[in-house]
Amino acid sequence: MSAQDHVIHAHRDDVGARMGMWLFLFTELLLFGGLFFIYSVYRFINQEQFHLAAKELNPIIGTFNTIILLTSSLTMALAIAAIQKKNKGLSIFFQLITILLAFGFLINKFFEWRVKLHHDLFPGSEVLLNKPKGEILFYGLYYVMTGLHGLHVIIGIVLIAFMTRLTIKNIINQDSYVKLEAAGLYWHLVDIIWIFLFPLFYLIT
Amino acid sequence: MSTLVSNISNNGHTNYLDYKGKHDGLKGWIFSTDHKRIGILYLIALLSFFAVGVSFGFLIRLELLTIGKTIVEPQTYNAFFTLHGVIMIFLFVIPGLPAVFGNFFLPIMIGAKDVAFPRINLLSWWLYIVGGIMVIISILLPGGPADTGWTFYIPYSVRTGTNVIFTGLAAFILGFSSILTGINFVTTIHRLRAPGMGWFKMPLFSWALYATAWIQVLATPIIGITLLLIVVERVLGVGLFDPALGGDPILYQHLFWIYSHPAVYIMIVPAMGVVSEIIPVFARRTIFGYKFIAFSSIAIALLGSLVWAHHMFSSGMSSTAQFVFSLLTFLVAIPSAIKVFNWTATLYKGSIQLDPPMLYALAFIFLFSIGGLTGVVQGALSVDIHLTDTSFIVAHFHYVMFGGTGFGIFAALHYWLPKMFGRMYNKKLAKVGFWFLFVGFNTLYFPLFVMGWLGMPRRYYDYLPEYSIYHQISTVGSWILILGLIFIYYNLIRSLISGQKINDKNIWGGETLEWQIESPPIHDNFHEIPKVTSGPYEYKMNDEELEKEVK
Repeated sequence: MSAQDHVIHAHRDDVGARMGMWLFLFTELLLFGGLFFIYSVYRFINQEQFHLAAKELNPIIGTFNTIILLTSSLTMALAIAAIQKKNKGLSIFFQLITILLAFGFLINKFFEWRVKLHHDLFPGSEVLLNKPKGEILFYGLYYVMTGLHGLHVIIGIVLIAFMTRLTIKNIINQDSYVKLEAAGLYWHLVDIIWIFLFPLFYLIT
Repeated sequence: MSTLVSNISNNGHTNYLDYKGKHDGLKGWIFSTDHKRIGILYLIALLSFFAVGVSFGFLIRLELLTIGKTIVEPQTYNAFFTLHGVIMIFLFVIPGLPAVFGNFFLPIMIGAKDVAFPRINLLSWWLYIVGGIMVIISILLPGGPADTGWTFYIPYSVRTGTNVIFTGLAAFILGFSSILTGINFVTTIHRLRAPGMGWFKMPLFSWALYATAWIQVLATPIIGITLLLIVVERVLGVGLFDPALGGDPILYQHLFWIYSHPAVYIMIVPAMGVVSEIIPVFARRTIFGYKFIAFSSIAIALLGSLVWAHHMFSSGMSSTAQFVFSLLTFLVAIPSAIKVFNWTATLYKGSIQLDPPMLYALAFIFLFSIGGLTGVVQGALSVDIHLTDTSFIVAHFHYVMFGGTGFGIFAALHYWLPKMFGRMYNKKLAKVGFWFLFVGFNTLYFPLFVMGWLGMPRRYYDYLPEYSIYHQISTVGSWILILGLIFIYYNLIRSLISGQKINDKNIWGGETLEWQIESPPIHDNFHEIPKVTSGPYEYKMNDEELEKEVK
């Protein structure tokens, strides 16, 4: 009952806020779930061609990006730990590092896509349309899934930047950091989706 | 505890319609985070879109009055039924009960001051409006309104030159709005119940909203990604659903129905909740089988997620899959039937008052039973092959969606509107409106069963002479129905302006919390957060008398 009394007094409910965020993350997982579902169906039908197409992708850039995202998840967690330990400056520092790493990820992605475009490997291109159907699907999925993930990275950057502002303005502080936690949860989601995308596109060859 | 609450601001004790917040006038409404005001905002938008949807429905029926061209060309006719479907489903039936009456009454029914995330609640209304405006704009832009039907089936939805992108994105945004409402309600029910309000002391409408909210959260993202893929397909041509590039159109149908079948339960379950509220109040009886009704909502939510492929029996799938989905379809009828039996059992030996809300609730049971049972018929594989894409299907889902949810929404309007605005409508006129609606409804949709059984395809612009009589009866029915709607709209709107003011808190004699507070409610809903000690439908007097009689 104490939790509910708390709700009525202060109009603040951290447990509820976390619950809402988790529900939202479920919906995000399901959103990508639809794509993972399509991927598995087409991979099952076109095993060989998916295998061949995956060889074209550069696992080094992929690995590098995986390391970047994992590190950024760590710095995000550290930012939350820092604010809990009343170290506002350190928390802001870690949040900025997270944003920086996220930009690093996007820049890498940009170069990776640019190389593909140079080889005329994009949806509807002549080179791609002359390939077997399985490879066309592989690249279709590759662009849609990493593209949607990239969009989430951009949203994450905006979100964390917003949190940094709130931290600077002391709205996020050692007593009230549930917003930062929620942003952290979102960022970990972006991370974990990449953890699945990476092997599916780059490693299974 | 409660004294502290009232000390925070006395302003919170003024009635929510006169409440002065941060903004005044119109801004005080469209930027308000008060769940009651958001409920009213939804109500206004919803009834406007409903009027637009009805107009398209009227035009469809008018076109079908005679063989060949009656008023428009085939292309325009295709746009009519697409817009009718998109507007009615995404803008009226899905948000209908949760967004209007859920927003307004869920917090009150469980003894809370607001929903868990008031600002997200406002955001979801804004998204709803943006989505609605996009649908309307898609009509006006060059290229013309989408002509794919509300199902956006591939490959046609990729090939057609009409504004499918706009309509698809609108549906995506509306889905997002629906997800936010779902998240809000789940969290609200978990976190904000008043002291003493245990799970099994919640009114059944809250239970229905809880089940609905979970479907909204778990099913809507799938349609989100599917519609996005249509847009991507149109813009980039990645080929995920295009056989020429290795894709599979049937995969699209699966993804579409994985959402859209659960979505019909998003539409119907809250209406069942409304009926579960109204029946005990107007029969003066404790609801029969409270837990069965509560859990059958959850059972519908679970089973309803596993039956999607029954929309695709003729699209091509293995006979094992057909068998499984057919079986599951039969199973999902059980929880719905449990509800119907419990409602009728509640009526047994009750002192029934035939006020307008009760009329609608009874009509719901009648029409929903017809719609539900014809649905079971289609679950049988052999029959389904015969009935696929005939007007039998159209009749079936209009009986469920309009006869069920639509009548549920009107039941809720007649039940709760006096509480929301503190003014009473004209009961006699309400009954006249009801009978016109009821008679018009059956005249409009019942012939569709018959001619569907005889082979009239759905969505067709033209038909053979032997179907003429059914089409003519049906079109006349649409006029009667619209006349009924005009009566209802007129009566309700007039009541807001010059209806008799209500001083009584509890006009219908309900036992749930919304009937213990002022009409219209104060900004904070309650002067003191209530302590709940009894269940929601305890009409003890009547039950004891009944027991004596039985003995």
